[in-house]
Amino acid sequence: MNVVYADNNATTQVAKKVLDEMLPYLETYYGNPSSMHTFGGQVAKNIAMAREQTAALLNASPEEILFTSCGTESDSTAIQAAIKSNPDRKHIVTTRVEHPAIKNICEHSAKNEFHVTYVPVDENGTLDLDYLYKNLTDDTAIASIMWANNETGVIFPVEEIAAKVKEKGIVFHTDAVQAVGKIPIDLKNTEIDMLSLSGHKIHAPKGIGALYVKKGTKFSPFLIGGHQEKGRRGGTENVASIIGLGTASELSKNLMEEENTRVKEMRDSLEKGLLERIDNAIVNGGKEKRLPNTTSIAFEYVEGEAILLMMDEFGICASSGSACTSGSLEPSHVLRAMGVPFTAAHGTIRFSLSTYNTMEEVNFIIEKLPPIIEKLRKMSPFWKKNQ
Amino acid sequence: MWEYTDKVKDHFLNPRNVGEIKDADGIGEVGSLACGDALKLTFKLDENKRIKDAQFQTFGCASAIASSSALTEMLKGLTLEEAEKISNENIAEYLGGLPKEKMHCSVLGRDALEKAIGSYRGESEKKIEGEIVCECFGVTDLEIKRVVAENGLINVEDVTDYVKAGGGCGKCHERIQEIINQINGIQIQPKKKEKALTNIQKIKLIQETLSREIQPALAKDGGDIELIDVDGNKVIVKLRGTCATCSKSELTLKNYVETKLRELVADSIEVEEVQ
Ligand SMILES: Cc1ncc(COP(=O)(O)O)c(C=O)c1O
Repeated sequence: MNVVYADNNATTQVAKKVLDEMLPYLETYYGNPSSMHTFGGQVAKNIAMAREQTAALLNASPEEILFTSCGTESDSTAIQAAIKSNPDRKHIVTTRVEHPAIKNICEHSAKNEFHVTYVPVDENGTLDLDYLYKNLTDDTAIASIMWANNETGVIFPVEEIAAKVKEKGIVFHTDAVQAVGKIPIDLKNTEIDMLSLSGHKIHAPKGIGALYVKKGTKFSPFLIGGHQEKGRRGGTENVASIIGLGTASELSKNLMEEENTRVKEMRDSLEKGLLERIDNAIVNGGKEKRLPNTTSIAFEYVEGEAILLMMDEFGICASSGSACTSGSLEPSHVLRAMGVPFTAAHGTIRFSLSTYNTMEEVNFIIEKLPPIIEKLRKMSPFWKKNQ
Repeated sequence: MWEYTDKVKDHFLNPRNVGEIKDADGIGEVGSLACGDALKLTFKLDENKRIKDAQFQTFGCASAIASSSALTEMLKGLTLEEAEKISNENIAEYLGGLPKEKMHCSVLGRDALEKAIGSYRGESEKKIEGEIVCECFGVTDLEIKRVVAENGLINVEDVTDYVKAGGGCGKCHERIQEIINQINGIQIQPKKKEKALTNIQKIKLIQETLSREIQPALAKDGGDIELIDVDGNKVIVKLRGTCATCSKSELTLKNYVETKLRELVADSIEVEEVQ
């Protein structure tokens, strides 16, 4: 069966070019970049190159890029670095819609004498900026605000927020795992202190990430060990994956245009096609400031896991905001923070495309999904009652 | 990804007996949209008082649909006395097993069956008996005791898998563990740990909770709340309006505010109202 992969916010296919560039570092150049001999030492040059490529995607300097093992490590490192560098400050500001990588470390900190403010969003997923600014105090160690939401694709004005946060002398971090590669990012011209990204969302392998740390930002390592990454992250480098991330960054930079034209058109067609054919379907989150590849659609009166499994029969891959898929019992915290009613939250499906998708695939989804929803609605005790 | 058996997949993709019997002898409706799954079961008896037909309508995940479909198949040909003996375990077994986290789907089936039989016998809808332990999913201590005893459950997670209790905010975990211990005859001294907040932090958090959580909820019903003072754990407020249409209508306004503050600020908060 053909796979129609529309779950690129979960992870992406490794680009052929990325794999080709990586393989020599698994087969031939297996030396340790810290070694004195040429065989190992030469690898350090290639890491430096990858650092430049990654920096270029963000318009940052190579010294500002720290390689980590994933987006989650980047997030934890950032929060922990800000807290340790500002020991007198016991307050964290973040949003109600963060990925668990931020949400859970904030909740964890809240257990250890930290006070956390979760900035709310409205029904469009728009952040309450007044609320955010009002809650910045002398006690605030860090404000961590995601750039783009992984479930809805809604983009926050982090450049503007960073400027305000910096005015108050507070460290600003953004989880840009979903934004990187999808929308242009120009860090030289922002006040952002730290930014997290993850390789596997931009066609590099899983298990590689990076943290941007602006020059002059107080830092404290999370993994303490050897002198790697200038002592900011101990551990022998994941060489092949770092090379992969560098290559993927370069590809991403070149594909940014396509992401915002062809991919966006496919996303729009998919959304339009489904809404035209299916009643009681609602897009979650405002459509204007949104990632070009993502759409989150609520199909009322049916349950997400059931939709996913029926799509699975056709090889269609997407994900859901419903409770049942995650093993938790409540629908996604993001949808709940937006006040999406239960009728809709449980039946929410997220489609996320990439440059690897085609219009044929989009049309395939548009053809297959309406009968699935109809079949499930016919089974649902709520459907007719609400018509 | 859930590991579903082929039988679960079959009953999900090709559900048997979908629909609603028009002149049903028994009707059982359980669950709700908010909970994420719901089942309406109807059955019809033949002249020998055996179940001739059973149909279902289900809103829920694959295992909820499969459990409902399986149940209707199991019911056909049974007398009500026989049908009554079907347990949630039997439904799961019929399907070749369910993932542990999905056992509540089989419990949903059993509950609907019980209600349907009750409706046939003319028993009026039982009022909620016992004390609500899990507010998020409206589960009582009696329901928890029953699944613990019937399925030999030993920890809170199990209870969540079977009846959802404890799967929301998590505030009731201690109480659930107490119930489990009670059923299993274990005595443990309950320990309580309070979050250490400084006074300023506490007041700030109270203000925030009022303006962010409580005020908007009250505003929907034309109500409002004003913070007058905080004295230790006593929160003094002025309240206006009714909570007539709010989902927690059995609670008074003051109780609602207190519950919210206890949940989000500290367990020891007490709310006092001034006129
Ligand atoms: C917004 C966001 N932050 C963080 C992460 C975590 O990244 P990783 O899987 O590399 O740890 C993800 C990935 O799911 C994400 O979408």
